[in-house]
Amino acid sequence: MDFYFGLAQIVGVHTLLGLSAYIVLLTGQVSLAQAGFFAVGAYTAGMLTVLAGWHLVPALGASALSGAAIACAVGFPALRVKGLMLVIATLAFGEGVRLFFFNFDYQIARGDIKVGPLGGEGFRQIRFFPENGWTTGEVMLFIWLFVVAAMALLWWFDRSRYGSVLRAVGEDELAAQSVGINLTAVKVSAMTIGGAIAGVGGGLYAHYTTHIEHTSFNILVATFAVAYPIVGGLRNVFGTLLAVIFVQAFLIEGLRFLGDWRNLLFGALIVLAMNLRPSGFLGARRRA
Amino acid sequence: MLELHALSRHFGGVKAVDGLDLTVAEGQIFGLIGPNGSGKSTTVNVVTGLFPPTSGRIVFRGEDLAALPTHQRLRAGIARTFQNIRLFGQLSVWQNLWVAQNSAEDQARHGFVARWLGGQRGVRAEIAQLLEFSGLAHKQDELAANLAFGEQRRLELARAMAAKPKLLLLDEPAAGMNSEEIGQLRERILKLRERGVTILLVEHVMELVMGVTDRIAVLNFGQKIAEGTPAEIQAHPAVRKAYLGGDPS
Repeated sequence: MDFYFGLAQIVGVHTLLGLSAYIVLLTGQVSLAQAGFFAVGAYTAGMLTVLAGWHLVPALGASALSGAAIACAVGFPALRVKGLMLVIATLAFGEGVRLFFFNFDYQIARGDIKVGPLGGEGFRQIRFFPENGWTTGEVMLFIWLFVVAAMALLWWFDRSRYGSVLRAVGEDELAAQSVGINLTAVKVSAMTIGGAIAGVGGGLYAHYTTHIEHTSFNILVATFAVAYPIVGGLRNVFGTLLAVIFVQAFLIEGLRFLGDWRNLLFGALIVLAMNLRPSGFLGARRRA
Repeated sequence: MLELHALSRHFGGVKAVDGLDLTVAEGQIFGLIGPNGSGKSTTVNVVTGLFPPTSGRIVFRGEDLAALPTHQRLRAGIARTFQNIRLFGQLSVWQNLWVAQNSAEDQARHGFVARWLGGQRGVRAEIAQLLEFSGLAHKQDELAANLAFGEQRRLELARAMAAKPKLLLLDEPAAGMNSEEIGQLRERILKLRERGVTILLVEHVMELVMGVTDRIAVLNFGQKIAEGTPAEIQAHPAVRKAYLGGDPS
């Protein structure tokens, strides 16, 4: 059973990562910065529980705030560029964050051992869950509480005027600004909300793995983040969830019995999925 | 209402608009005509702030617009339609109007949160009215991309009206329409004037321009070659030359 709980934890955290890219993608922006926000959230929550002795819940709040703050700061300059230029700019930011944590040491003595982030060695011993006796199942439920909350929030946004405005900007920026929509405000707000969601996801990730290092936040993670909503489609938040289940549960875990063939099939099946459903599993409603 | 003073917009060596002076009075329907490439659409784009002018001034209700970005010019009261229709195709007809309610009045009337989450009764009533005005009430849940061409044109006009503009810039609203549709458009334009909206009409279709405008300016190669009432313009030799290419007599 623990295997499935563990898998559900992974799916949950990756769904948060995918949702953080989903809201940005609604405005037509492809951002590879989400892994960076995820990293900031992971280190923030980890340092607060391990070094400052905080409870996890306020620490996750701090993750959301730090993810949001840095996304907002990145949003202003990054969203001045579009398309491929934005992809490169956000990629550079994500790599910048990763290299920052590669060089980031902040350890304090705790009894005989030193705890805290140690550069390339990573940040070990993020043991809030085991120290407080949480079972794998409880951790899984705790993670899914946040996943459901994030999905509900974005579902509600999608139904509100704000959601329509996001999609209007994604569809035609020129028309959107001509009907009085402030593009900067809309794009930066989407980026900020995405940053908060990625931050919480990172904080949860740090605690269920108990060990994070710079490679946990590399370009592959950034690519996955933006691939989930693209593969899943933008009609609603469930597309992203379906895509995470497809990739993490089916392609990565479900096909493990195939051994080395799995890696080959992984790419082939994603290509096949995108060919069968070009606008994602739950794509936008079709044009006539 | 709207004054352009020596307005120019150059693209590299091309002088799309070159030293244009124009005054549109409040309540007027002002026609802007000219051959293809004479700078009509560029004028609209510069007035709405999509491009900055190369030189010259734009004054709207006594206020210089230079510093205002596009979305704030809409709030100041300038809305537009596009020559090549630019609707939000994957939003419904109703949502297209919903996202366009950005007038200064709407911003003042509703709190920030209520405005962004939307859905108050007043908002819905206004959208219903716009749908009625455009004859699109029965299509309100249809995706804008699925509308027929004429319906898309009507929706674009309704979307511009959703911002409660004082000045409406119509960029070739009759392009591609048959004469029945042009007749309906004409009715709508006259109704808008009754509501106190000033209109700058950029158009090729003479049937429409000559029928509704109070005053017309003619552009050729970015410069104004004539201005006057429709009757004066029809008789103007320079206009006939620019349009017909040669001496008409």
